[in-house]
Amino acid sequence: MRWTIAAVLLGVSTWATASDVGEIKVAKGAAYLERGEARLPVKVGMPVQQSDKVVTGADGTVGITFADNSLLSVGPDSVLAIDRYVFDSTTYAGQFDSTLSKGTLAVISGKLVKQSPDAMRVHTPSAIMGVRGTEFLVKVER
Amino acid sequence: MGAVAVIAAIGLAIFLLRPAAPKETVIVVPSPDGHTGTVVVQRGETRQVLDQPYATSRSGDDKVEQLSAAEVDEAFGPTLRALPAPPASFTLYFITGTDELTAESKAELQNVLAALKERPLPDVQVIGHTDTVGELLANDRLSAQRAETVKGFLVQIGIPAERITTAGRGEREPLIRTPDEVDEPRNRRVEISVR
Repeated sequence: MRWTIAAVLLGVSTWATASDVGEIKVAKGAAYLERGEARLPVKVGMPVQQSDKVVTGADGTVGITFADNSLLSVGPDSVLAIDRYVFDSTTYAGQFDSTLSKGTLAVISGKLVKQSPDAMRVHTPSAIMGVRGTEFLVKVER
Repeated sequence: MGAVAVIAAIGLAIFLLRPAAPKETVIVVPSPDGHTGTVVVQRGETRQVLDQPYATSRSGDDKVEQLSAAEVDEAFGPTLRALPAPPASFTLYFITGTDELTAESKAELQNVLAALKERPLPDVQVIGHTDTVGELLANDRLSAQRAETVKGFLVQIGIPAERITTAGRGEREPLIRTPDEVDEPRNRRVEISVR
């Protein structure tokens, strides 16, 4: 039974554990992930988990590929929280919520949105974006 | 009268001294294939639908504007350049009953290599399939073997084994639906996803 579960998890993704929902694919300049109390400097190949916060400095940019093939990138001087990420790799059902509290964000939506048009939402201090497909940009200037 | 003026002045002072609300901009951009998607921006009671190339919603502005591609690149250049390469998919086909690639698919392997080289640290999923010739369980094994064979090629060219996952789906997920015991070349395949 335990082996069956392990096999299913391995079949879904190369990422190390079930709590990994994405992976850092691009990392430049000063940037880290806030995970609970920890501050992890980002590097290519590092897994991303639900509740992580991506924080970049003045020269920092980060690109992330998620399990459903959603692509996100965060520009310099930005803070992006991964509030909720759920993806069923068999049915493509799930939910992806993130919050940009400052800075810039680029999004290319993936299988979640293709399967169900309201599965992805991006929050800012004053708005909620419902994503019906593909590519868009968000900027929050403070 | 004087009191009203004082209250008005205090009100104005509070209004002017309040922390500035963040300035927010949302822009829908065309995909590389030219298609433009849709984003619905809900800001309090205001709802804006962005579905044209470079349609732009700004906080404090009820109108949807249109930015130029140059303005977008000015504001988002470094961010756009940090987007990961889009995932790429490939299908390789096999000679019947074997884990040997067809001649065309050996050539297609070059395109897989090119996609792998573009990425600093690719992760690869390899899923094997069979046609409906043979027993169900034998086909499960053959499909897993096909996936492992392809993984072997990738490891040989330097992709770390732990970056590659394999699975075999046997005859359970045919590309082309057929009755049992049908020799269908398009179903004898391995699907490769490179991210």
